[in-house]
Amino acid sequence: MSEEVSAEILTTHILDLAAEGKRLDGRGPDDYRPITVEPGFVVSADGSALVRIGHTAVLAGIKLEPGKPFADTPNAGVLTTNAELIPLSNAIFEPGPPQPGAIEVSRVVDRAIRAAETIDLTRLCVTPGEKTWVCYVDIHCLDHSGNLIDAALLAAVSADYPLQVNHLPIECTFVRLGDAIVVDPTFDEERAAQGRITVATDEVGRVVAMQKGLVGAFSPDDVKDVVRRAFRHGERHRILAKGGTP
Amino acid sequence: MGSVGAKEVPVLLSPEGLRIDGRKLDELRPIRMQVGALHNADGSAFVEWGANKVMAAVYGPREVHPRHLQQNNKAVIQCKYNMAAFAVDERKRPGLDRRSQEISKVIGEAFESVVFAEEYPRTSIDIYIEVLQANAGTRCAGLVAASLALADAGIPMVDLLPAVAVGKIAGKIALDLRKEEDNFGDADLPIALVPQSGRLVLIQMEGHMTEEELSRALELGVQGCREIYEKMKQALRERYATGPIGGST
Repeated sequence: MSEEVSAEILTTHILDLAAEGKRLDGRGPDDYRPITVEPGFVVSADGSALVRIGHTAVLAGIKLEPGKPFADTPNAGVLTTNAELIPLSNAIFEPGPPQPGAIEVSRVVDRAIRAAETIDLTRLCVTPGEKTWVCYVDIHCLDHSGNLIDAALLAAVSADYPLQVNHLPIECTFVRLGDAIVVDPTFDEERAAQGRITVATDEVGRVVAMQKGLVGAFSPDDVKDVVRRAFRHGERHRILAKGGTP
Repeated sequence: MGSVGAKEVPVLLSPEGLRIDGRKLDELRPIRMQVGALHNADGSAFVEWGANKVMAAVYGPREVHPRHLQQNNKAVIQCKYNMAAFAVDERKRPGLDRRSQEISKVIGEAFESVVFAEEYPRTSIDIYIEVLQANAGTRCAGLVAASLALADAGIPMVDLLPAVAVGKIAGKIALDLRKEEDNFGDADLPIALVPQSGRLVLIQMEGHMTEEELSRALELGVQGCREIYEKMKQALRERYATGPIGGST
């Protein structure tokens, strides 16, 4: 049976299950897969963390290098986020320049870190307009079994930074499966999804970033519902990011 | 949002509660829409929205390039959002950057959510959005222009897609941010609405809002989209109306 056909059968099955409030792996609509966080995974980086959400594994590495501030923000350091979805992590990825999916992951993660003011960029600046530290956040997807965005940001904020970390944004992704909106989609659920929405929240009660992706639609009430759920999950994941057990 | 370490922050809201350009918080910038602005495209539209100038063209349904993207059960919808080098104050390096690629992806997915793509298997519907002059809200202006261009090309859709960005400036929720408000404001939330279902097919957000502010922002955004929807229908009527229904042509 071709991959396409089996994927379609699986999609139908996932949607049928969702209509009964069930999921393929037995989780409830608001359950995450088990999450582990391993800070300091690579010592060659200035900071790093390996995050696993179920079978998804993402490694984030932080590097600080000297550079120049942007002309329009002479007093601020530079933050650059990049995500690589490498062929090692799933058969769907091919070698080559970053595809829109990878770009989306990096930009959504970048927005959350930036908007939450995770790092005080002004403290990276050495000489205004001339010298600053550039903070590179490189995200490496090792195993893609769905929900890369949440794993990527969790890895980025769990890294053992050589900098003071102010706010801890946590991203929480949901997909629509028929009338159900479930959290932490697997790879197969993402493929069956009729819309995906990610909400990033911080510890002081702010929504700092959102992104709707894939084909599909959400009502304003759906959005309010997932924001509420994202705050709840965020609290738990923030404890994990700090090395604790929720 | 882009204000960290910036040189100077302008006053975004006067003591009377008016914005830099004298607008009220729930007021849109002036919008002008022209359907059928290009000769060669199958459908096109030009939108001037505040100081934004955005051209959109639709080609198709036509053969798929590259071929391997072809789908047997539906048309593929390929969207390219691009910004001209001269569209912003400091020259933008031409070509594909990550911002444009992300915007192309989310706009393309928004249209895939409303176009009856299954009507045209093994074809491509190509949407090109060119930002010629930018002043915040270009993805929304692009969506509106592309939506009109799709209608102009005769592509069947569930509905038109009005779009607008809501934001937070000086602590207040505001509709349709201009550049200074986007750069120095507290949050930006662009949305696109399917008026018929009341659902959103594009949602992005950056900045910070409380849960309560976000609810209000969504309501204001939906209201703004409905206002833009009326203007879009008007623009289509202007292009295609030939007199009273049943009248002579």
